[in-house]
Amino acid sequence: MPTKIEKDVYTGKDTTGHEWDGIKELDTPLPKWWINVWLVCIAFAAVYVVLYPSIPLGTTYFKGVLGWSSTGAVAQSVAAMNARHAADMKRIGQLPIMQVTADPKLKEVALQAGRIAFAENCQPCHGPAGTGRVGYPPLDTNFWLWGGTLPDIQRIIMYGIRSGDAKAHESQMPAFGHDGILKPDQVVLVSNYVATLFGIEKPGPTTAAGEKIFEDNCAACHGTKGQGNQSIGAPPLESRVHLYGDSLAAIEYQVNTPRAGVMPAWHTRLDPATINSLAIYVHSLGGGE
Amino acid sequence: MRLPISQSFIERNAIVLLIATLITVAIGGLVEVVPLFTIQTTVVKVPGIRPYSPLELLGRQIYVREGCYLCHSQQIRNLRDEVTRYGHPSIAAESMYDHPFQWGSKRIGPDLARVGGKYSNDWMYQHLKAPRSLVPESIMPDFAFLARNRLNTKELIAAMQTNIDLGVPYTKGDLKNAQADLAAQADPNADHSGLLLRYPKAMVVQGQGGRVTELDALVAYLQILGRMVDFTDPAVEHALAAQGGK
Ligand code: HEC
Ligand code: HEC
Ligand code: HEC
Repeated sequence: MPTKIEKDVYTGKDTTGHEWDGIKELDTPLPKWWINVWLVCIAFAAVYVVLYPSIPLGTTYFKGVLGWSSTGAVAQSVAAMNARHAADMKRIGQLPIMQVTADPKLKEVALQAGRIAFAENCQPCHGPAGTGRVGYPPLDTNFWLWGGTLPDIQRIIMYGIRSGDAKAHESQMPAFGHDGILKPDQVVLVSNYVATLFGIEKPGPTTAAGEKIFEDNCAACHGTKGQGNQSIGAPPLESRVHLYGDSLAAIEYQVNTPRAGVMPAWHTRLDPATINSLAIYVHSLGGGE
Repeated sequence: MRLPISQSFIERNAIVLLIATLITVAIGGLVEVVPLFTIQTTVVKVPGIRPYSPLELLGRQIYVREGCYLCHSQQIRNLRDEVTRYGHPSIAAESMYDHPFQWGSKRIGPDLARVGGKYSNDWMYQHLKAPRSLVPESIMPDFAFLARNRLNTKELIAAMQTNIDLGVPYTKGDLKNAQADLAAQADPNADHSGLLLRYPKAMVVQGQGGRVTELDALVAYLQILGRMVDFTDPAVEHALAAQGGK
């Protein structure tokens, strides 16, 4: 309840005249330094309003004399980061890829950039450093579905495989089992024959029958000896590396219901310099031709 | 100067103090929020943005139900590290048909704003069913049960209707074709011309002969994220440049 303003006996200061349950409030002004900080903040805000986007004006707003925007700022800071290698990256993106690798300095920059981009974009499928996993081919051996030269690799990274992109590699192994092109027992016979090519089964009494089915149905794509065909991405079947695993079950599965693995197209997501860097990096992993 | 309501009066009347506080805070809020409704560049309209297809819409509901936003954001901020890793910064128009938006703030896993098209459908299915089979160090939970759950499509029309009430421009035709579009997007062998006419860039997912699972819907949703706007399109660049700043 308000009381009258009086002098406090202990501090010699006035009270505010407020009193609650016998407790009186001293009239202590705000400290000088505090008020000064407050005034500086107001002055800062006044300057800020002039320099940066601030006052709303109906359908638009005052953009500030500095013309700052968060989108502009990020573009600048990305450019500043890239500036160190800007000239190199520009050439990596523009030169024919064979000329990039001919220049040791450019190649070094490309390998660095490629390694980083690979970890973010490719590793979840192709495994760390392109070691591969079931369904996702290794990129560090000379097992190539579509060819292992720099331009081959570059093209695949750009447009992908069965990615839906107009320039993507396309090819489709028929679903022999699922669509009834081969009867179940024929699927088993031909799969057993392919297993001998893989080297996981010894030739037996049924191998010849399987080989016949293979010649009639599979050799057109996979080659008479299962050596594969890179122009249509038909994997070699006599190699030690396999796309879908090293078992009879995996072979039968593929003959019944082929997977038609998809590799995404990257030219819509990554710039040309990054794509070329990736191609050079992949090529360097061990299998480049 | 003597104000009609004095400080001591306000201090001693809790309700008056409450109302005065509310008015003061509201002024702060209104000054910050209201101009955004009238300033045209708040949501820059860019070509490509469309409502979610029926399958994507239901997939989005699974995303919300399973709490994916607790580990994943969907917002690439205007920061150098994010732009170099995830791509173009998110723009407001990209979530204009999101009710509620899934920007999120927690990133135990990577940002998903542009994950659409980054991986194949096969990868998405396998990764959601068993993340560690593809990324051995992953701590993302297995969502294999989504592949066993048949997608509940009974509430599709109601869901679209609710979105219409919130301002999403689904047309009568969209509603009429909703069930057919949903079935077509989950069937690689179906005729997709109608679907792609109404929902360009919709990604067809695997499905299993008429049986559409929750996982199919979720993958369809993930595969459209960040793909609607083509940032290499000059029309988009033009619209964004008009946003102001350099
Ligand atoms: C969604 C998973 C996925 C991602 C991500 C991915 N790939 Fe692939 N990639 C594949 C599949 C599947 C194949 C094999 C397709 C086939 O069956 O022909 C492949 C094939 C390739 C090939 C051809 C291999 C050969 O033997 O001819 C190269 C090169 C390649 N990928 C490079 C890359 C690079 C570089 C990246 C990162 C920018 C990448 N991939 C990202 C799935 C992926
Ligand atoms: C039209 C061409 C074509 C024909 C015909 C064909 N294939 Fe294939 N095959 C492919 C392609 C392309 C792939 C890899 C693509 C995929 O499905 O991912 C493949 C993959 C395979 C694989 C997996 C190889 C690995 O490394 O894991 C096996 C096994 C196989 N084929 C066996 C057969 C058999 C057996 C036949 C005959 C019954 C056959 N193919 C007929 C094109 C063909
Ligand atoms: C406990 C946290 C957690 C939850 C919940 C979670 N995730 Fe993840 N997610 C992760 C982590 C960590 C990664 C990175 C490792 C990996 O790829 O598995 C990841 C990766 C991903 C990726 C790959 C992103 C990329 O660019 O490589 C996708 C897609 C994804 N999650 C989708 C989902 C969906 C959809 C849900 C909900 C059904 C979900 N996640 C729930 C933690 C989580």
